Amino acid sequence: MLDAVFLIPAFPLLGFVSILLFGRRLGEPKAGWVATLAMGGSFAASLVTFFGLLGEDMENRRFVQTLWEWVPAGDFSVDVGFLVDPLSITMTLFITGVGSLIHLYSIGYMHGDQNFSKFFLYLNLFAFSMLMLVLGDNMLLTFLGWEGVGACSYFLISFWFTDPANASAGKKAFVTNRIGDWGFMVAMFLTFTTIGSVRYIDIFGNAGTLTTGTATAITVLLLVGAAGKSAQFPLYLWLPDAMAGPTPVSALIHAATMVTSGIYLLTRVNPIIAESSSWAPELIAWVGAGTALFAATIAVAQNDIKKVLAYSTVSQLGYMFLAVGTGAYVAAIFHMITHAFFKALLFLGSGSVIHGMHHDQDMRNYGGLRALMPITSGTFIVGWLAIAGVPPFSGFWSKDEILAHAYEHNLALWLIGLVTAILTAFYMSRQVFMTFFGRYRYADVRPDEVALVWENRIQHVQVAATEATAAVETAETAVAQAGEKLEAAQAKFVQRETELAEVDPTDEKAVEKATKNLAKAQDGLASAGESIPELEAAVVAARNSAQEATIAVDAVRAEAEAADGSVDGLSDADLPEAVVERREFHPHESPWQMTVPLVVLAVAAIGAGAMNLPFTKDLHFLEHWLEPSLFHNETALSSGGGTLWVLAIVAVVGGALGIAAAVAIYLKGRVDPSRVERPILARGWRYDEAVSDFMGGPGRKGFSLVAWFDATIVDGLVNGSGRLVRSVGAEMRSLQSGLVRSYAALVAVGAVGLIAWFLMRTSL
Amino acid sequence: MPTLLAASTSVAFPVLTALVVTPALGALLLLLLPANRPEYFKQVSFLIAVVTAAMTAWVMVEFDTAGAADFQFVDSVSWLDNLGISWTLGIDGISLWLVVLTGALFPIAILAIDAEHSPKAYYAWLLVLETGCMGVFLALDLFAFFVFFEIVLIPMYFLIGQWGHGARAYAATKFFIYTMFGSALMLVGILATAFLTAAETGDPVTFDLVTLANTQALSTTAARWIFLSFALAFAVKVPLFPVHTWLPDAHTNAPTAGSVILAGVMLKLGTYGFLRFGIYLFPEAAVYFAPMLVALGTIGIIYGAIAATMQRDLKRLVAYSSVAHLGFIVIGTFALNTEGLEGGLLQMVNHGVSTGALFLLVGWIYERRHTREISELGGLQKPAPIFAAVFMVVMLSSIGVPGLNGFVGEFLALIGSFAAYRWWAIVAATGVVIAALYLLWAYQRVFHGPAEGDNAEMADLTWREGAIMLPFLAAIFFMGLYPKPVIERMEPAVDALIAHVERHVDDFSEPTAEIAPAVELDDLHGEGSDAEHGEDTSHDEDTSHSEDAIHSEEGAQ
Repeated sequence: MLDAVFLIPAFPLLGFVSILLFGRRLGEPKAGWVATLAMGGSFAASLVTFFGLLGEDMENRRFVQTLWEWVPAGDFSVDVGFLVDPLSITMTLFITGVGSLIHLYSIGYMHGDQNFSKFFLYLNLFAFSMLMLVLGDNMLLTFLGWEGVGACSYFLISFWFTDPANASAGKKAFVTNRIGDWGFMVAMFLTFTTIGSVRYIDIFGNAGTLTTGTATAITVLLLVGAAGKSAQFPLYLWLPDAMAGPTPVSALIHAATMVTSGIYLLTRVNPIIAESSSWAPELIAWVGAGTALFAATIAVAQNDIKKVLAYSTVSQLGYMFLAVGTGAYVAAIFHMITHAFFKALLFLGSGSVIHGMHHDQDMRNYGGLRALMPITSGTFIVGWLAIAGVPPFSGFWSKDEILAHAYEHNLALWLIGLVTAILTAFYMSRQVFMTFFGRYRYADVRPDEVALVWENRIQHVQVAATEATAAVETAETAVAQAGEKLEAAQAKFVQRETELAEVDPTDEKAVEKATKNLAKAQDGLASAGESIPELEAAVVAARNSAQEATIAVDAVRAEAEAADGSVDGLSDADLPEAVVERREFHPHESPWQMTVPLVVLAVAAIGAGAMNLPFTKDLHFLEHWLEPSLFHNETALSSGGGTLWVLAIVAVVGGALGIAAAVAIYLKGRVDPSRVERPILARGWRYDEAVSDFMGGPGRKGFSLVAWFDATIVDGLVNGSGRLVRSVGAEMRSLQSGLVRSYAALVAVGAVGLIAWFLMRTSL
Repeated sequence: MPTLLAASTSVAFPVLTALVVTPALGALLLLLLPANRPEYFKQVSFLIAVVTAAMTAWVMVEFDTAGAADFQFVDSVSWLDNLGISWTLGIDGISLWLVVLTGALFPIAILAIDAEHSPKAYYAWLLVLETGCMGVFLALDLFAFFVFFEIVLIPMYFLIGQWGHGARAYAATKFFIYTMFGSALMLVGILATAFLTAAETGDPVTFDLVTLANTQALSTTAARWIFLSFALAFAVKVPLFPVHTWLPDAHTNAPTAGSVILAGVMLKLGTYGFLRFGIYLFPEAAVYFAPMLVALGTIGIIYGAIAATMQRDLKRLVAYSSVAHLGFIVIGTFALNTEGLEGGLLQMVNHGVSTGALFLLVGWIYERRHTREISELGGLQKPAPIFAAVFMVVMLSSIGVPGLNGFVGEFLALIGSFAAYRWWAIVAATGVVIAALYLLWAYQRVFHGPAEGDNAEMADLTWREGAIMLPFLAAIFFMGLYPKPVIERMEPAVDALIAHVERHVDDFSEPTAEIAPAVELDDLHGEGSDAEHGEDTSHDEDTSHSEDAIHSEEGAQ
């Protein structure tokens, strides 16, 4: 039965190849079913291998299957071969199990995407790489899987590549991971040059021959690699950005499987860690604890439903590092498994919400979805209770074990772990309350929309006021013009009068004409004066309306201020189109392909704690099972049952406190959320910004400097010396005419000359 | 140890001479063809290149793996007897794959891109170029080597100068003067080697490589100076920092086929020269100068990668990436251990495959879009998804993702140099981070994002182009997943070279890993526990047939 192990990665590889060849023809949904079946087959093969291993005696639960020699170069020789032992099979079981469910879920989630089959192509390739990572019988094959999952992660994060943000996030993930990969590679160099092999079997057998310094160096270098892949400080910053990928990808790759590779690797090489100086595991523990707390504080202030889960994942992975660092390998693997269940559940649940909510990811726009999405909310609540550490859900047991080890190792580590647990309970409750409880807010008019409406209104009245002011001016101009006309008429009248007085009284005709003119002037004078009162009245009226308009502007401004972002004073007709659309939109529960995986994962998230219950030795199934992979490097808890009970109660009380705080803030509204959601937290302590600023600023400048140096100094020296030669040999310019053939001819002539010289020399 | 005496694989047909001469004869044939049927030029030259490739394939198949340390198919004809110059060609595990690569790349380069004008001369020069490259890899006589080394320059000079783009005259002249400068010193070195050796031993003058390498009659000082004259010529060809600046200009302005051959074959003339003529002829000097060359190689890796990141022209970016990739070859080679040398050799072949393919793809983008400015491209994955996918695979191989070819050579070169020069290797390994940065960033800007204007209309890969890419992709996966057949054919020759160095350099021994005893599964079972070993029988069955477990899957089900 154990020989079937090669089938575990072979199935997803087969799925990948089939979709590569026939994906377009298969289309939706068949390509998805092929991929899901491939994962199912892989899960079945894992089960077969698992039972095969279970059938062996404990000390025989290790087995190597070699397929072919991969890189045989001198002393360095590695195979494509699989190491089957409890650790690798535990990993394959939950990778293929959770993987199958996420594949099934994706059929529903990716419905209608024009690159449907390509998505499953990548998903199968990812599963294959991940399985090579955990099954590889040497570090190099693990590294193949390690980079393979990184590449698939890159493909899938930038799956919707036309958006530059997604493309950037994918690149960021790959490059950041490569920094970690550097550590992994150098660790392999060091392992090879000291042990002479990178096969795990040789490492297990010969780790004892390592000097403390070498073992420490290997451990620290592997920690660098693990910190990259498992998103620990300072390399974590690709993971929140990775949420740009489709949500099933976040669940599978960026929560359940790939990001646990670092913990797997450190657990795998536990004999090396055991040989290293004690500060190396101490460093692992502190990196883990620090990251756990750091990421949890950031999660508190995120509004994107997936960003909360992303930081939460970083934080939970920190717990696993803490466990590895304190020698609690079983607890690390235990938490890895329970976390795979509940975090995959939470991610898939968030995907279901996003799917049902028109791809809106802002939790401020959710609320009250419990009734509208009963299965999603029910299962999500299970995931919440599991991660918040509420007994008897699975997360409680695994987290409790880590905290117990931390307590025995170092009180400060335990305290950090406890505070993180309180924060975890808080931010997860916040997420659940904002999403599923409270008022349904999706159809609400959003503050920015209200602001827009008021802005439009104010603008409207302002335009009226400007117009009225302009009308006043027009009226005033008219009055002024009328006045000028009157003056002109008066002048005319005076002129006519003078003309009449000066006219020869004897000339009857002239007198008559002058009289007539005077009469005309008098008429003109009268009519000019006539319009003035009217126009003056118009000016007054215009002034009045202008004043009214200005008052109206102030009134609307005051109204807007009074409304303060609420919809008071607005009628439906005022609202933007989008609001109307949202009002007509009804959130829906997701199709069965999506809800079935949720239910199965919820069951697992409830019950997975049974793997390793603390009460009696007999219940430590996982610990017992993993023993052959851990070579007695697992730290045993020395505290008595009493202490452990107290620790568990403290943890439960802490979780309850976190939940209670969230209730007070987000359900009861007793405290303003802005007092908790500090901007500095929302911006992730500005670490990401600082790194980006550095890369975009001094980093880029440095790179440009090198490019400049190359083009100007190095190349300039060459060109400069070329010019120098040319000016010195100016007379020889006829030879160096730059014509195409002359240099070639020179070579030929030179060669002939040389041969001639030889001939002469030897004949002498 | 390679000796001509041991090279008993004599064949009736002088295949190596045929490899060198066939393309040259083909070039002559082209000149005789009537000028009014231009399509014949391409067809005939392609045919000639395919015949040459077929002969390299035959050599590959007939090559005796067990005897890979010795020169095979040796072809020795006296040429200028009184000068000790002979026409001696031979192939061993070091040159085999470079010859195969040369044979494979030329027909592809001819087929992939049409001559933009004057096809007769264009294809004739390409064939002359092939003759030169084959000659360099096969020559076992210093003088013949030098002649071929120089011959290569002329066709490439014309290809860049007449069929290139942009500042092609500048680029061609720079290329020519740069390399001429290097090889002029090498000529002095070659003459000095032959005559000083003759003076020391009192034997007649000979340019025979094997004889000279085994005589080792030069004084240490003389050997070191002569090594430097060779090293300078090779450093320019590789190119090593700081004599690399001809490369970006030559690559960017060369026609696509020229770039493919330049990157795929010609850059290896330098690294191959280091192996065959540097280390083999002057082992003591090679050991003496190795730290310097490893340092320069490491600088090249980081420096080339950083410079590549900031390039605005896609082809120039790939050109600078070559500077980085060739650095890995140099540090692997001068690690002077099996892993490093084999890594370097593999990297030579892999770089030819990956960068050759990259230049073709960039050339096709240029054919379609008439620009290589990264800022003017964008979103090409939307209109051309298959093109993008092929580009992605080739790019990942260039980044060195395991499972693809680029990784194996790079990793072995690094692990070899780590055994010899730990800190340089640690620094060099950071090159893989920057490689991911510049290639992914370029990919993002060229293929991701929205496609606008002409970019939205770009045609996808044609069937012909797909067929041309197929051998590249096959090589990328094969060499990544199963490099064993390639490695095992080079290993005897590499080991012989190291043994040669160890024999002639007093206090040198191969820098290797400290090998702890190999562990069997049984050694681990029950380790540290009270478990008994008596019940191990069932398990032994598992391990015993685990070797061929893949064949016994039916039994398992």
